[in-house]
Amino acid sequence: MFEIRIHSRGGQGGVTAARLIALAAIRDGKYATAFPFYGAERRGAPVVSFVRIDEKPIKVYSQIRKPDMVIVLDTSVMETVDVFHGLKSGGTVFLNSAHTPDFEGYRNYNVDLTGIALRENLVVAGSPILNTPVLGALAKLAIITKESAKKAIAEMFSDERNIKAAEVAYQEMVV
Amino acid sequence: MLTVSTGNKAVALAVKQAKPSVVAAYPITPQTEVVEQIADYVGGKELDAKYIPVESEHSAMAACIGAGITGVRTFTATSSHGLLYMHEMTNFAAGARLPIVMANINRSIGPGWNIWAEHTDAMQERDTGWLQVYVGSVQEAYDATLMAFRIAEHNDVLLPVMVNLDGFLLSHIMQPLDTTDPGDFIPPIHLPHAIDVNNPKGYGGLTGPDDHFRFRWDIERSMRDSVKVIADTQAEFAKRFGRKYGFTEDYKCEDADVVIVSLGTFGKESEVAVDILRREGIKAGSMRVRWFRPFPKLDLNGREVVVIDRDYSFGFGGVLARSIEAQNKADLFSVIAGIGGQEVTYDDIAGFVRERRTGEEFWFGVNGNV
Repeated sequence: MFEIRIHSRGGQGGVTAARLIALAAIRDGKYATAFPFYGAERRGAPVVSFVRIDEKPIKVYSQIRKPDMVIVLDTSVMETVDVFHGLKSGGTVFLNSAHTPDFEGYRNYNVDLTGIALRENLVVAGSPILNTPVLGALAKLAIITKESAKKAIAEMFSDERNIKAAEVAYQEMVV
Repeated sequence: MLTVSTGNKAVALAVKQAKPSVVAAYPITPQTEVVEQIADYVGGKELDAKYIPVESEHSAMAACIGAGITGVRTFTATSSHGLLYMHEMTNFAAGARLPIVMANINRSIGPGWNIWAEHTDAMQERDTGWLQVYVGSVQEAYDATLMAFRIAEHNDVLLPVMVNLDGFLLSHIMQPLDTTDPGDFIPPIHLPHAIDVNNPKGYGGLTGPDDHFRFRWDIERSMRDSVKVIADTQAEFAKRFGRKYGFTEDYKCEDADVVIVSLGTFGKESEVAVDILRREGIKAGSMRVRWFRPFPKLDLNGREVVVIDRDYSFGFGGVLARSIEAQNKADLFSVIAGIGGQEVTYDDIAGFVRERRTGEEFWFGVNGNV
């Protein structure tokens, strides 16, 4: 089982990102679940959501304690939240950032998703959309296939700029 | 067709396919998405039903009763305080023998204010004459909702059915969902005592001591008859759609020395605990109770049993544990866990089994308790 924890702020689309990743994995023929932790959070507060991907049906409903991967959609949450909590040794860190991180003991990746969203004019109500381009990054890491990433985005969003942004993220991601 | 869905939206889709004539509801966390989605279906003309946005849950159930008594299919959904607010009317629905289907997204009762999963809300409806089923996945939420209409409306039942989903754990999780055109799986509703304006009769009049007990007995007789209807419906469902359901979902119980018994998502998490325990040489099994009313005959005699209750009856005990105790001569360890959405993992559940103390009650996370 591959377990992902997504850190973002309420309203940034972390929950939708989790759902898109799960949908893409299912389109790959795998089993997947996506769920947020609903607390007393409000828009702008740090939130987490989770994705599990496996080859067999998933029976676990409790929160992910030891993720294989952590995705940080908003690096400012790192000032107050320990995003590495429970992350497996040698696990993967992905930051929405123009700067390549160098966290010891982990596999570090980054793409400037915010920059891509702004360049592609993928902005809703003043906020750049991060949850569709992040699928491009995950496809580059072969967690999901590129084809299924596109399928998942198309199933949930009709605006083609979402797929374009995921494509750009795929190209920009250095592995 | 394989898609993905939350538990809430899976229920809404099943309701759309069951084609009720009237849906009356009041939104409450974590049920809101169910009724929003149904309102969308009605607004978008995908479901030809009257959607009544009532001012309270009491009115939601009253509206379903009023509509249902004319012989049409009705649905509502609620959670927690909403369910308790309709309590007077849930009794009326069963007493009036109306096959209303309701989704209850299990949530704790305040104060303190808490929106997370707990079964105490539905447990407080235990004695009303409603059938109750607890599901363990998004797929099962969808399947159970489809089956609920057929079971409730069967002439040998004519009682309301409550489909229970763990709040957030099931209502808000996204999982694979295989959707099906139910075709004629749910036959047209026929309520033998429906109001007929051409042949008016009185309803709910004063019923004296010589007659009232007959109505009560008739509810119990139908509750007993519902066992066969449920079994037949689940068999027919399996035949048509390939997914099998029983009164319980048993996992490695055949040769188990110790059986974990639970409701809802705990039953799935317990299966993971069983695999861990078996690797350690402990012959464990998991029995997830699906139908709570009618309460099934569980074969647990002579076994060690660890019952996990996400509910409590103060001054008495875990409702599931005490129900099993009343029926079986088993060595039972009663665990109270997951109250108010308390996080309980498969490791925790394995721990309950390893450290079981027969005859005792244990509140998970509370220090120094017995």
